Amino acid sequence: MFETFLFVLLAVVTTIAAILVIVQRNPVASAIYLIITLFCLAGIYLLLSAPFIAVIQVLVYAGAIMVLFLFVIMLLNLEKEKKLIYRNRLQKVLGVFLGGVLLAQIGMIFSSVLLEGSKGKFPAEKVAALGNTEVVARLLFTDFLLPFEIVSVLLLVAIVGAIVLAKKQI
Amino acid sequence: MVSLSSYLILSAILFSVGVVGFLLRRNIIVIFMSIELMLNAANLAFVAFSRFLDSMDGQIFVFFVMAVAAAEAVVGLAIIMAMYRVKETVNADEMNLMKW
Repeated sequence: MFETFLFVLLAVVTTIAAILVIVQRNPVASAIYLIITLFCLAGIYLLLSAPFIAVIQVLVYAGAIMVLFLFVIMLLNLEKEKKLIYRNRLQKVLGVFLGGVLLAQIGMIFSSVLLEGSKGKFPAEKVAALGNTEVVARLLFTDFLLPFEIVSVLLLVAIVGAIVLAKKQI
Repeated sequence: MVSLSSYLILSAILFSVGVVGFLLRRNIIVIFMSIELMLNAANLAFVAFSRFLDSMDGQIFVFFVMAVAAAEAVVGLAIIMAMYRVKETVNADEMNLMKW
């Protein structure tokens, strides 16, 4: 009962904040609402008994990535952009319409496809007994070692790319 | 107990909001935020399936998606900064240097 209440609360706040992200004119306000969305998603991950992912969500998304966004918004002078009003009504109507069609399509797929499959090796009780973080770490360093190393190379490439792109003269 | 389909519906709503934001907004930073919304919707679906199918693979995948999202945000925002230096704008419609 309490879980359902918590889920509904978090889902409603997530949806409203997500809609506010895309309707706000000021990009700083958009970023703040996106942070609220990400925090609520972290709460939903906790409900799904994935505490490691929830903490990473707060640290990496709400922390690092959003600070980067706010930093860039502050660096750019966006006063001129805020005053611009784009009056392309057809595009707006078409965009919302296509979004609604997409939502209906995804909903139809979810309602028509059987959402069951063969169960994996980690039921929630077992993971809770072992510790969620420990299970994730054990899998990352055994079964998923190669993707893990590739991700570290990817992050290195991203660092080098960002430094090269931030030079005065490209 | 909240069912799997309610989590998936929330994920679908988030993804659709992201798509609509991508289509409607012309500020490239907000377009970027819409992409983050879509990535988070996919993450939510991954974690929900991982929980209801008793598998940890979904959570590992979310870990990798987050790493890729971080790399993407860093490089994308650097490109936006470089673009702003050249064109003095963040309007996606005016970023047409590569358009014939």
